[in-house]
Amino acid sequence: MKARGWIGFALVALLAALALAGDRVTGYRFDAQDTAQALAAPSQAHWLGCDALGRDLFARLCEGGRVSLVVAVGATALAVALGLGYGALSGWIGGRLDSLLMRGVDVVYALPDVLVTVLLIEVFQAALAGVPDLWRRLTALAFALGFAGFVGVARLVRALVLQAREELWVEAARATGVHASRILVRHVLPNVAAPVLVAAAFRIPAAILSESVLSFIGLGIQPPFSSWGTLASDGFEAMRSYPHLILFPCAAILCALLGFHLLGEALRERLGPRLRA
Amino acid sequence: MIRYALGRALAAIPVLWVVATVTFGLLRFLPGGPFDKDRVLPPEIRRNLERRYALDGTLAHQYVDYLERLSRGDLGPSYKYVGRDVADILRDAAPASLELGAAAFALAVTGGIGLGLAAGARRDTRVDRAIALGSLVGVSAPSFVVGAGLILCFGLGLGWLPAGLWEGPLYGVLPACTLAALPMAYAAQLTRAQVAGVMDQDYVRTARALGVPEARVRRRHVLRNALLAVMTYFGPLLATLLTGSFVVERIFAVPGMGRYFVTAVTNRDYPLVLGATLVYAALVVLANLAVDLLYAWLDPRIRVGRAEP
Repeated sequence: MKARGWIGFALVALLAALALAGDRVTGYRFDAQDTAQALAAPSQAHWLGCDALGRDLFARLCEGGRVSLVVAVGATALAVALGLGYGALSGWIGGRLDSLLMRGVDVVYALPDVLVTVLLIEVFQAALAGVPDLWRRLTALAFALGFAGFVGVARLVRALVLQAREELWVEAARATGVHASRILVRHVLPNVAAPVLVAAAFRIPAAILSESVLSFIGLGIQPPFSSWGTLASDGFEAMRSYPHLILFPCAAILCALLGFHLLGEALRERLGPRLRA
Repeated sequence: MIRYALGRALAAIPVLWVVATVTFGLLRFLPGGPFDKDRVLPPEIRRNLERRYALDGTLAHQYVDYLERLSRGDLGPSYKYVGRDVADILRDAAPASLELGAAAFALAVTGGIGLGLAAGARRDTRVDRAIALGSLVGVSAPSFVVGAGLILCFGLGLGWLPAGLWEGPLYGVLPACTLAALPMAYAAQLTRAQVAGVMDQDYVRTARALGVPEARVRRRHVLRNALLAVMTYFGPLLATLLTGSFVVERIFAVPGMGRYFVTAVTNRDYPLVLGATLVYAALVVLANLAVDLLYAWLDPRIRVGRAEP
């Protein structure tokens, strides 16, 4: 079991290192076109071949990985922050506010996931109109996925806070005159941190998956920039004749998701085998 | 029980109203309107168009207007597909999505539960490890990765199955497998964990000690109890699968309704988005109701339709 966690760590670390190194690994820029090399198969010069415009696929995968990872980590951070605030408020204060907030969560659950994310992307795209293209799309994606994902975290946090609220140590803190907000921040939240951390670890691969799907259907990053999803989408068009163009982006996504899932499982086992996120 | 089901179905009406209202509000919150794509329209034509689709009143007026139509069962005209009603468009697209979704759902449920049971009941054997690894890969593969793999393998490589279009049952095999892969893997993970937990319970040991045959122990005691937790996942899943997936429909050129959740938003075709969303929400409500009824059947302690003691 331990080995699996390390394999996950190694996969994630490798992909993150490639994403960070970017152009420096191959010496090709991700947007440098060389039409003589268009659609070239993998070779010594271009390890993973070139795309339809003669751009080095390896360099594009590194660049795409950077985008995918940044979006996923940003979306997860936002989802956890929002979910913690929303869920803690709902569970701690309870009463009318709790039922109101939870009805809000129910509504989001009754809407199709795709619709929610697509709507949010459009809203954030428009709200960020003045920002340069890549950053605008990156931020819009991260915000949309973060907002779409926070409801799950909120439900989890609420359930945990409700449980913790009845514990003896909360009563003890209250009896000694600790302020309610201080009990929540100093005592309750640290005690529910482990399951939330595990949930967060599984939100990262979920966000990578959603981002790649959104980019695949053309709602994410636009050329000349790329993410793993846009690369797979490009590769899909040429799949019949140039399978390497679809194979490598798909392999990158698969490795990233596998790595994060293995890491999440290891974390869950470490923090308590009975946790189910 | 029938009264309970009817009561729940009636309770769906306020839910659908809230969904319609929220979606209506969210859509109008989006920048741009249905008629400012492609080219700029002369103001006169634009005014006429807006009058034609009753977009010239205040937002409150339009909302009341929409609800009034909706209460008569009229989903309104599409803005993008001129001359067609939303109900008409959805009716045309629904069969492909429903058939594909139903097949994928059946595949995901039977495969997921079967694999999960097979793995969980043989904890830490080679079979268990193989299934655990397989389902881990399964939950790590986006649908377009699975779709690309299946097309490369069975469509283009071996040439056994058609890799696109929608012209007969054979055309549904690859898309249904693609659609089913991730939920099947996830259901297998869930079932495996549940089964492994139930196998350690005292009542299972008791049943074995009393000499109940192993097959019967698994069917009557293990599976029944393990399924209770897995079932909650199947309700929303059914609704999601039946309303189609844009990715799978695009990859395999299936004329389903999944794409409307995306294209209708980018086209600002408000009635079409609302129509598709209401269909989805109604399916969520129905599927959750079905899950609750199944719950009562699986666990006789749960009695639906009676007051809690």
